[in-house]
Amino acid sequence: MISKILSPEFGHFTLALACCLAGAQCLIPLMGAKVKNSRLMALASPLAWGQFLALTLAFACLVTAAVTDDFSVQNILQNSAVDKPLLYKITGVWGNHEGSILLWAFILAFFGAIVSAYSQHLPLSLRAKVIAIMGGSAAGFELFCLTTSNPFLRVWPAPLDGQGMNPLLQDPGLAFHPPILYMGYVGFAVPFAFAVAALLEGKVDAAWGRWVRPWTVLAWALLTCGIALGSWWSYYVLGWGGYWFWDPVENASLLPWLTGTALLHSALVVEKRESLKIWTILLAIGTFSLSLSGTFLVRSGILNSVHAFASDPARGVFILLLLAVISGGALLLFAWRAPTLTSTGIFAFFSREGSIVLNNILLCTMSAVVLTGTLYPPFIQLINGQTLSVGKPFFDNALIPIALFLFLVMAIGPVIAFKKGNIKQTAKILGFAACLSISNVVIAFLILHQIIPALASSLCIWIILSACSDFIKHIALFKTSISNSYNRIIGLPRSFYATYIAHIGVAITILGIIGMAASQQKIVEVPIGTTIHLAGYDWTLTNVDDRQGPNFISTEAVIKVSKNGKPITWMLPSRRFFDRQKQVITNVAIHTNLMSDLYAVLGDSKNSTQTTPLFVLRLHYNPLAPWIWIGGFIMAIGGFITLTDRRFRVGTPANRKRIKEV
Amino acid sequence: MQDITRRRLLWSLPFATAAVAGGGFLAMLSGIRKGNFDPKEINTPILNKPIPAFSLSAQPPSTGFNQQELQQQTEPVLINFFASWCIPCLTEMSMLQQLSSHISIWGIAYKDKQNSVSGFLKRNGNPYQRIGQDNNGNVGIEWGVSGVPESFLVMPGGIIKWHYPKPLTVNSTQTLLSLLK
Amino acid sequence: MRFITFIFLFCLGLSAPIVAFGIDSPDEMLKNPVQEQRAQHIGAQLRCLVCQNESIEDSSADLAKDLRKVVRQRIKGGDNDQQVMQWMVDRYGNFIRLSPPFTLTTALLWFMPVLGLVIGCVVAFVTLRKKNKIASTELSKEERQRLSELMKE
Repeated sequence: MISKILSPEFGHFTLALACCLAGAQCLIPLMGAKVKNSRLMALASPLAWGQFLALTLAFACLVTAAVTDDFSVQNILQNSAVDKPLLYKITGVWGNHEGSILLWAFILAFFGAIVSAYSQHLPLSLRAKVIAIMGGSAAGFELFCLTTSNPFLRVWPAPLDGQGMNPLLQDPGLAFHPPILYMGYVGFAVPFAFAVAALLEGKVDAAWGRWVRPWTVLAWALLTCGIALGSWWSYYVLGWGGYWFWDPVENASLLPWLTGTALLHSALVVEKRESLKIWTILLAIGTFSLSLSGTFLVRSGILNSVHAFASDPARGVFILLLLAVISGGALLLFAWRAPTLTSTGIFAFFSREGSIVLNNILLCTMSAVVLTGTLYPPFIQLINGQTLSVGKPFFDNALIPIALFLFLVMAIGPVIAFKKGNIKQTAKILGFAACLSISNVVIAFLILHQIIPALASSLCIWIILSACSDFIKHIALFKTSISNSYNRIIGLPRSFYATYIAHIGVAITILGIIGMAASQQKIVEVPIGTTIHLAGYDWTLTNVDDRQGPNFISTEAVIKVSKNGKPITWMLPSRRFFDRQKQVITNVAIHTNLMSDLYAVLGDSKNSTQTTPLFVLRLHYNPLAPWIWIGGFIMAIGGFITLTDRRFRVGTPANRKRIKEV
Repeated sequence: MQDITRRRLLWSLPFATAAVAGGGFLAMLSGIRKGNFDPKEINTPILNKPIPAFSLSAQPPSTGFNQQELQQQTEPVLINFFASWCIPCLTEMSMLQQLSSHISIWGIAYKDKQNSVSGFLKRNGNPYQRIGQDNNGNVGIEWGVSGVPESFLVMPGGIIKWHYPKPLTVNSTQTLLSLLK
Repeated sequence: MRFITFIFLFCLGLSAPIVAFGIDSPDEMLKNPVQEQRAQHIGAQLRCLVCQNESIEDSSADLAKDLRKVVRQRIKGGDNDQQVMQWMVDRYGNFIRLSPPFTLTTALLWFMPVLGLVIGCVVAFVTLRKKNKIASTELSKEERQRLSELMKE
């Protein structure tokens, strides 16, 4: 019954309806703002909700088609199959180009709706413009979906079975990574909308900073989670033990993250000091433009990537057009209006604002380097036909020095006062942390014999200790009574904790990266029963078995890991052969105790002609590796904590109270 | 007024940069459509260079060949890397049959088994005047080959005039023939 | 100082800073550990031509395996690191290098970090100084006004 209502035709219809509503959501409030008609402006919110509802139905129709194995829908035919497990039928909806564009549009509509829900305290004109810009972007995406990437195209006669999905994607990670990542990408449409609306209004003030910051932090935290999830997913799915490859698609997610981090620090200054307005607006426009460009580059066929969807230049042209209108239009408006924005806050070079300016310069430089490196090969090829590669060695060499300097500044910034910092006072707070960190450089270098890990680990300690020192100073520990300190701990605004936590998260991630670089590995070809010694552990291959899965045949090895005679765990690396796609997927076995990872891969056994078959095993000991992703999630948690700060709760509940009093 | 125009010009730099990038992307996309821009191609520095030193063992029904023999040819030769396990090579075969009447084609069986290649040639015809075996792919690496099929036009004296790292098509065959004149 | 303890712990086996994920059989590796280190170091700079952005050490493709073999052969044959890289570049061009050489064409790429920092700092410096100057002149104007008002009284 449900599948009769939620038919592909209905999905197609609601998608078109959503596009029309989005178009109206863009034009009507803008017109209303221009002629100062409050009734037209008030239509923004219901239109946003209407669009969201329509798109929810459209999405539900596509999911229904996937779950009911409706192979008359071309998208389902190409990407699904009867024997695909249910979880992957659902999550596979966004594992292909058309479905992922629909997901983009859906999330964009969703954000449009919640922005209209949580913005009732904004002045009507600004609110109307923000919702209108979101509607315009959504309309563009829905138009793109309808014209070039329609997931509801039909095929007749409908085949009995589909072509199946890439085995690599048949993994629980597919359920989480794209939706959360897209929420991050699309989330930056909200600060973008706020920035363009502010340019249209011609006014950027502290109130604007206060309104835009929670949306920026939300998008940033989601993008951080999305990137961390993607990196962790490739670590445990791909069987290579790597977690970041400087692949163009990965770079496309890193770019908005870098400028987004600069943006959220910059918006802080706008809110507190009414300064850095032009930069914040430019960063807001730039971050969303980078999100969009990333989408463009990955689907147009210009960049080669393991992640790339089936590319089609026609789609590329449409997204380029979308980019031209959305980003180009915003940048043009920026060029026109930016000089009229006046900044009143002045500050010394050595001040909180000054350190945030330096932070922004460093982050934006890193972003520029990644952007240049990613785009250099296609542009050089266009200009003089030379083919170049820009990969890990380049990015590591170019970015590590800047990153190290950033970590140095990151620890000092939060401690300096606004407007004019006192060098002596800052030195007093950070002196102890500095001594310990510098001594760590020496110790670490003597142990590690390599300067970069020594410096980097010391900078992590520097970040963590300065956060602690600042916290101690704020609660006046040892300077006043315990109960006084305790009261201060309770009373300290949540955003303070959020800052400490987020910065410490960065330090943890970097420590994880350093640890991972010191991993140990052994590659062996052994018969069953052999014990291999690696990193103080004893790894014993006890058995290798063949098994049948729902759509694959797997060869599974059983490895017993023990330490000093005490059994630690059983690891089951396997290789799966998917008959339909004739593809072999390696399934890594990972055992983690959150401090380090044991990683085992079963290799291809070619010497099975002998009487005792030999199996190739690759064993890794990755110290501190889990911290890479734990640190990322800690950063995101810091972001989410900021959102709960009561200073952001200016709005609806307070209004209701006032009405009651009257 | 003048000051504000100056500031507007300064702040239009981001737009200008984006516009240049956008123009570049448009050029790339139209290049992909027309076929003269391929982001996936690898331009190896083999053009107008002498053929590398190599020697190939026999692949029935032919004897192998080496660098000296190729160099001593008085007519241009098309070197074609192929394999029986390569599907685009199969589609290329009809094009090669047609070409064999215009130019002599010498084949190099890349990372393949002798029997498989013989079977492949029996099933699809043999357009090659001479064939050699490159079991381990080392000769391919000397030629800068990264996959099959790849074709090289070798002029008398051993200079490589043309390199086509894809299956031969009507257009590329025409380009090849025009180079022979 | 648990962190120092941990750094201690993971440095205990710091022999191979580069982990080659693509090697799938121990026969691929050279017997001499110094030579194998060199091979992995060189391999990390060579692009697997048929994969996206992976080095030949990280890739499980056939061509990557062949190239790994060639690198090790040449190291055993006595080539130094430069010569092995050049050998590869002679046959495959600069595409095989994961870090492009520094030429006029790639100058913009290599200078981008410095360029970004310099431009950013210069713009920030100039803007801040201008604002601070305006502020100081405004203040003195204000002071002058107050002075003249006081004088009028």
